[in-house]
Amino acid sequence: MNVETRELKHVTVVKVTGRVDSATAPELERVLSELINSDRNQLVLDLEGAEYMSSAGLRVLVSMLKAAKKGGGDLRLAQLSSRVAEVFDLAGLTPVFGIHTDIVEAVGSF
Amino acid sequence: MGATQRLTVPGKFEHLAQIAEFVTTASRAAGLNDDDVFHVEMAVDEACSNIIEHAYAELTGDIDLTCYVPEMGRLDIVIRDHGQSFNPDEVPVPRLQEGAGLDAVQEGGLGLYFMRKLMDEVRFEFSPENGNTLYMVKRKQA
Repeated sequence: MNVETRELKHVTVVKVTGRVDSATAPELERVLSELINSDRNQLVLDLEGAEYMSSAGLRVLVSMLKAAKKGGGDLRLAQLSSRVAEVFDLAGLTPVFGIHTDIVEAVGSF
Repeated sequence: MGATQRLTVPGKFEHLAQIAEFVTTASRAAGLNDDDVFHVEMAVDEACSNIIEHAYAELTGDIDLTCYVPEMGRLDIVIRDHGQSFNPDEVPVPRLQEGAGLDAVQEGGLGLYFMRKLMDEVRFEFSPENGNTLYMVKRKQA
């Protein structure tokens, strides 16, 4: 897994590529926690390159969604692959997150 | 057909990607379709994550995976470990159908829920001699 962050004016885009599993989810949590703790809590997660996400990844995203909302922000998702979208559906999480088809739309939603 | 493939790796998170590659290759060789292959990858990843996180929480040991193709279009997977056993009936079932999505995910049990949803058969055996054994079967979807 690789995580890259890009700071826009009001929003931070976090691009995740590769596998988000129990081995890599803690690193994603560390990056997102640092952003939220430094008041960058309007977040868009670009998942176009995330080929796989397990329940460990879902737990991190749910926890970070709660943290972002607590700080008055939000964690919104963009460009989910059909596989990752299926995992969100299976966990009943699709209605819980703001999910967008592209980055521009996700950033503009803030 | 009938070929058995085995992989033994240390019960550490850093081996999950290698496990995924192993079961993905075995699933394709069994003639499963792309959706089935993904479901096997996910179920095995969740199973092995649980072993590493819970069974080997205070112990170290290997995870032993065996894939067997009894007939084309069917993959049998046996996963063994020698860590702490558990009672699958005591694992909470996530309350996903009640719209409790957020809290249900945090409460755990999601991995086992995924395994049961994604595989055709999921069965556990725990023995003091042979350790913990998980049998899973995936049949090709029409």
